[in-house]
Amino acid sequence: MKLIHLLALLPFIGILGCIGFVNKVEPYVLGLPFLLFWIVLWVVLTSVIMAIIYKLDPANKRGDS
Amino acid sequence: MNAALMIIFGFLALSLFLGIQAKRGKDMNLEQWTVGGRGFGTIFVFLLMAGEIYTTFTFLGGSGWAYGKGGPTFYILGYGCLAYIMSYWLLPAIWRYAKENKLMSQSDFFVSKYKSPYLGVLVSIVGVVALIPYLVLQLKGLGLIVAEASYGSISNTAAIWIGTMAVTVYVMISGIHGSAWTAVVKDIMILFVVVFLGLYLPFHYYGGITEMFQAVEAAKPGFVALPEKGLSPSWFVSTVLLTALGFYMWPHTFGSVYSAQNEKVFRKNAIVMPLYQLVLLFVFFVGFAAILQVPGLEGADGDMSLLRLSIQTFDPWFVGVIGAAGLLTAIVPGSMILMSSSTLIAKNVYKVFAPKTTDEQVSKLARYLVPVVALISLYFTFKGGDTLVTLLLMGYSLVTQLFPALLFSLSKRNFVSKQGAAAGIIAGVATVAIVTISGITIGTLFPFLPQSIQDLNVGIIALVVNLAVTTVVSLATKGSARANDETINAA
Repeated sequence: MKLIHLLALLPFIGILGCIGFVNKVEPYVLGLPFLLFWIVLWVVLTSVIMAIIYKLDPANKRGDS
Repeated sequence: MNAALMIIFGFLALSLFLGIQAKRGKDMNLEQWTVGGRGFGTIFVFLLMAGEIYTTFTFLGGSGWAYGKGGPTFYILGYGCLAYIMSYWLLPAIWRYAKENKLMSQSDFFVSKYKSPYLGVLVSIVGVVALIPYLVLQLKGLGLIVAEASYGSISNTAAIWIGTMAVTVYVMISGIHGSAWTAVVKDIMILFVVVFLGLYLPFHYYGGITEMFQAVEAAKPGFVALPEKGLSPSWFVSTVLLTALGFYMWPHTFGSVYSAQNEKVFRKNAIVMPLYQLVLLFVFFVGFAAILQVPGLEGADGDMSLLRLSIQTFDPWFVGVIGAAGLLTAIVPGSMILMSSSTLIAKNVYKVFAPKTTDEQVSKLARYLVPVVALISLYFTFKGGDTLVTLLLMGYSLVTQLFPALLFSLSKRNFVSKQGAAAGIIAGVATVAIVTISGITIGTLFPFLPQSIQDLNVGIIALVVNLAVTTVVSLATKGSARANDETINAA
């Protein structure tokens, strides 16, 4: 477990930790009620974070064997 | 025969053809049949994993929840996301161990890690008890979809029989290869249908997504956020966490992990899966669009909102396309469930009590069990009634009870003994059963606690009981576990 893997904790904080503060309908962002926007935002960020971890993870440098 | 029905049958025939041709050129031993000879690349594993997530439940239930419950529906996006993050580390570890030890089923994993075939029997029973209601749910959904989309020209019952026979045939012949090929058609269809519906309906009826949400908000203030009580933020957090832990504990999901060619497949999927999940967003849009257009669907009827609104909006041929997509969402997971339950019963239950059975016999038995499991599920589909609903509610919590024993077994110095693992699973499963059947919530148990604690998912209790029993029994049996290890090392 490298330091960079700690990035993976961010979505847990974003989706679980912040839910009490973002539980509202307004403002609408990109057409979505705020709560839905917040969750969608974290879904997208999760992909980005996992891509960064993938790039930096030495386990993926080895061949496919 | 109307246009809708022709299209639905056309797709059924196509998936049956693809399912059967998938066998070509393969010698169907158990390893080929149930884990695809461990040769699937990123795309197939992706489709299998996705195939198990985009089930009839997401198609009908996702829109049904949006229609009936509103904001709490978003938990579905949350738990998937967190489960995919865990998958980056969890699945390669499971896959590696499974490959080294030539494992075929989820129960094999427990048998091998804890060196106890009887723990495998227990895990299999928990798995099958959770899987059959899940399959029944798919079949019921299939019946609803086909009956509605064919404008009643084919009955619910007939649709279920035809769908089940098609799945049974290709599962028996091609096993997981069949599921992978039908998953290709299914995912293309569902992507197209759901994204189209999710955009077309809000624009057609409301002039846009924001306009739709504003209209819903005007009619039902606060509906698209979480309520203060009940499905509140604390319910959301506890449910997302619990469901994420149980995510890969379904025997068919766990088993499809073995089908991968290499462990990088999972790490790649962990990047793409969260984004792919956003397809669900469009399913939600359909449910929200239906609120003001087909009002009055109460309770479980909310699951019909997508189909009702589609029938009201589109020509029969397009309703047929939607029906076909719905049919496929039942067939792909259905095939995986049939295969996993048959493998579990043949390899992890039957063989334990009849140790002389050869591998070839187990492989044959697993295949002949497919129609048996299918018939049992059909029986429950038509006769199940209320028991079924209860079992369904339990399903996810039941498989989640396998998580602690699995997680501990992956650590280098596992303090959990086989007795501890078994006792923990039994205690957890029993708690789930008691809590579900009696309808206890944390609120009824501890009415004096603050509301936010009362709203916690009651599954937490079962997991805590499970962990406590696992720990206590493991510590108590530690000596004998070590003695076991020594005999094994000496042997």
